[in-house]
Amino acid sequence: MKREQRMKGRSAHFFRGMKEGLPICLGYLAVSFSFGIIAMERQLSIGQAVMMSAMNLTSAGQFAALTVISEGSGYLVMALNQLVINLRYCLMSCSLSQKMAPDAPFFHRFFVAFGNTDEVFALSMMQKEYVPPFYSYGVILIAALGWVGGTLLGAAAGSILPPRVLQALSMALYAMFIAIVVPPAKENKVLRILILSAMACSAAFTYAPLLKEMDSGIRVIVLTVALAALFAWLHPVKEEPA
Amino acid sequence: MKNGNIYVYILIMAGVTYLIRMLPLTRIRTPIKNRFVRSFLYYVPFVTLTVMAFPAMLTSAMSPWSGLAAMGAAVVLSWKKKGLILVALAACAVVFLMDLIVA
Repeated sequence: MKREQRMKGRSAHFFRGMKEGLPICLGYLAVSFSFGIIAMERQLSIGQAVMMSAMNLTSAGQFAALTVISEGSGYLVMALNQLVINLRYCLMSCSLSQKMAPDAPFFHRFFVAFGNTDEVFALSMMQKEYVPPFYSYGVILIAALGWVGGTLLGAAAGSILPPRVLQALSMALYAMFIAIVVPPAKENKVLRILILSAMACSAAFTYAPLLKEMDSGIRVIVLTVALAALFAWLHPVKEEPA
Repeated sequence: MKNGNIYVYILIMAGVTYLIRMLPLTRIRTPIKNRFVRSFLYYVPFVTLTVMAFPAMLTSAMSPWSGLAAMGAAVVLSWKKKGLILVALAACAVVFLMDLIVA
C-alpha cells in the first residue's frame, strides 16, 4: 500500500474512533468528576488526582487506591489490591489480542494496552473483523480526555460547590459500579446470587467484630478471590460456541 | 495520609494496571481454554465492584436511608438498562433530596 494511502486509512480510523468514542468521553466526564471530588476529600492535591487518572484510566482501581492510600496500608497491599481489582482487564486483553490483526505492527499493542478500559474494550470488540490500531488510538484519546478532564474539574469543583452538592455528586462513582454489575445479572441467576453473597460478606467484613479489623484494601482482595473462585468452581460459565 | 509517599503509590498502581493490560495483549494470542480460570476471571469484576459499592454507598451519604434510597434508584434504573448517565444522575439526585429531608 502506498504511503499516502496508508496515512489516509490511519486518519480515517483515528477520526472514526474519536467520533464513536464520544459517548464514552461524556460518561467518563460525569464519573471522573465524582472521583476528583472524592480524591480531594481524601487529602490529595489536584495535581495528584489528575496524575492518578492520567496514568491509570481505571474507575474502580483508582477509587480503591484512594482507600489504600488514606489508610496507609503500604505498597504491597496497593500492588495486590490493584492486581485483583484490575484482573478483569487480563481477560479483556486476551480477547482484544485476537481482535487485533496478527500482521499489524506489534508495537501498537504496547500503546493500545494502556487505554484498554471497560468501555473502550466493548467498543473495540464491536468492530467488524479486526480493530485497527489507529481506531483504538482515537477512542482512547477522546475517552482519556474525558476521564482526566473530568477529574480536574471535579477536583477543582471541590473548592467551589457547596458540601452537600459535592457529597451528592460523589455518588456517581458508586452508581457506575451498579450500572456495570446489575444489567448482566438480570439474565443470569448465578450472578444475582454472587452479587447478593458479595453484599452480605462485605457487610459482615465492615461491621462484624473481628472481621472489621481487616483493611478495606485487603478485604476487596480476599472477598474477590474467595467468592470468584468458589463460584467458578460451583458454577463454571458455559462454554462459548466455537 | 499515614505512611508512604503518594507518588510511589501512584507509580505502583499505574505499573500494576499497565502490566495486567499489556502482558496478555502481547503474550497471549490464543483464548484461555481452562474453564475454571475463565469462569474465575468472569466473576471477579462482579465481586470487586459489589464489595466496593456496598455498604460504602450507604455510609457515604448523610444518612444511611438516603444512601439506601440512592442505591435502590440506581439498581432499578440499571435493571431497566437505562444507561450510565441516567443512573448516575438519578443516584445523585435521590441522595441530595433525601439528605435535605432527613439530615
